Amino acid sequence: MRAGASLFLTASVVGMFVMANSAVAADAPKPEVTGKQIAFDKTKGNCLACHAMPTVPDAEAAGTIGPPLIAMAARFPDKAKLRAQIWDATVANPQTSMIPFGKHKVLTEQEIDKVTDYIYSL
Amino acid sequence: MKMTLSKLLAANRPATGKKILLALAGAGLLMGAVGVNATPEHDRDSLVKYFKNKYPDVKKDSYIYGALAFDPDAKAQYDSIMDFPPFGSVLDQGKAMWDTPFKNGKKYADCFPNGGKNVAGNYPYFDDKAGKVVTFEMAINACRVQNGEDAFKYNDMKTIGVLTAYARTLSDGMAMNIKVDGSAATAAYEAGKKQFYSRRGQLNFSCATCHVDNAGNRLRSEVLSPAVGQATHWPVFRGGDTLVTLQERYVGCNKQVRAVPFAAGSTEYNDLEYFHSYISNGLPMKAAVFRK
Ligand code: HEC
Ligand code: HEC
Repeated sequence: MRAGASLFLTASVVGMFVMANSAVAADAPKPEVTGKQIAFDKTKGNCLACHAMPTVPDAEAAGTIGPPLIAMAARFPDKAKLRAQIWDATVANPQTSMIPFGKHKVLTEQEIDKVTDYIYSL
Repeated sequence: MKMTLSKLLAANRPATGKKILLALAGAGLLMGAVGVNATPEHDRDSLVKYFKNKYPDVKKDSYIYGALAFDPDAKAQYDSIMDFPPFGSVLDQGKAMWDTPFKNGKKYADCFPNGGKNVAGNYPYFDDKAGKVVTFEMAINACRVQNGEDAFKYNDMKTIGVLTAYARTLSDGMAMNIKVDGSAATAAYEAGKKQFYSRRGQLNFSCATCHVDNAGNRLRSEVLSPAVGQATHWPVFRGGDTLVTLQERYVGCNKQVRAVPFAAGSTEYNDLEYFHSYISNGLPMKAAVFRK
């Protein structure tokens, strides 16, 4: 066997949710991150782990755990409700499989605003 | 969960009214499974029925193949890999370890009934004298210590991993046969069950979120395996060469949801393994299998 213990750990963690490492050089100018990028990023929203986005061509290899995100403006006339669902899905459904992105600080408030705008446009 | 499960099915699949009813019935059974007064046998039975209702076409015996049970193509690939497993030499190494006498001349086979054949399915068991759950790995270490050797570390895949990759093959085909008798054993079982159903980590998942509620669903491109059958086939070789024991898999799944994992060999994981193995009772063991 060629792999050491640390390799085993890595191998077993490889997957859907990679630990976020947001250490970025403080003064490096970074381009504005879009809501779509946050939604797609495996270390951020990773919405595709659970939701298909049928109207988005590059939304590939999506999971089947949550309902497809489509026609969101029609389904969520009140955008605040959409944001609330993303902030803490356990309010609407205590047994939910969805991550409480805001409540557990998986995403920042600004990131949730951006993701909400993006999802609302689907 | 009830409304959501049916909503999920409605959203994802061309669901018929009947299917939704089944999902509701399944969710109800699940509630039964986590009830406080349920016996272990009731827990096991409820979970089996839950999966059966949700996936009537998937046979219970195929749960031992995990995610492959839902994916005939991947299962066919698995079968051809298992015909000539890339980890064969590691099993040979494990056999050499198993057959090599200790310094006092005794062997591992002397520590187990039947020379260690058809025993692994009896583990973990609850040792009333010691007041704790004993895994197969712990029994192997106890054998070493009794014979004047040092215990292996439970997270050391090169020793306990390789050795059990072979030692467990001696129980291939044995039906998982976990017993929970008496109040202390029941308490350990309940602790393991609680662990299984408790949400942990920043991402707020329980084992059950993925391996009960969402078994058969895809998380990204990964099909999730059902909890029943998960404990029957360890260790696995991920990618064909990376050996992972059951408890190291627990570590991986805990980390995946950004929870601080317990250590392999901890009371928490031993109790979890006790519950987790019980729900596979009756299913055939098969050691050292290939996984993606
Ligand atoms: C691990 C699984 C998972 C992840 C990751 C996930 N969701 Fe969900 N989501 C669900 C489930 C399951 C539901 C169904 C409702 C429920 O159970 O709460 C849901 C429901 C929703 C809904 C309500 C849809 C409706 O029609 O009622 C929205 C909106 C939503 N998710 C947005 C998101 C966004 C945006 C992200 C990423 C930032 C995300 N989800 C990530 C599992 C997930
Ligand atoms: C966020 C989802 C998620 C959670 C939570 C989770 N797992 Fe997993 N688990 C996976 C994925 C993905 C795999 C790999 C695909 C598969 O086999 O299910 C996996 C695989 C496994 C396997 C290997 C199955 C096999 O046959 O190879 C076991 C055993 C397991 N998990 C047990 C657990 C236990 C016990 C817990 C709780 C401590 C847990 N998992 C929590 C996602 C999860």
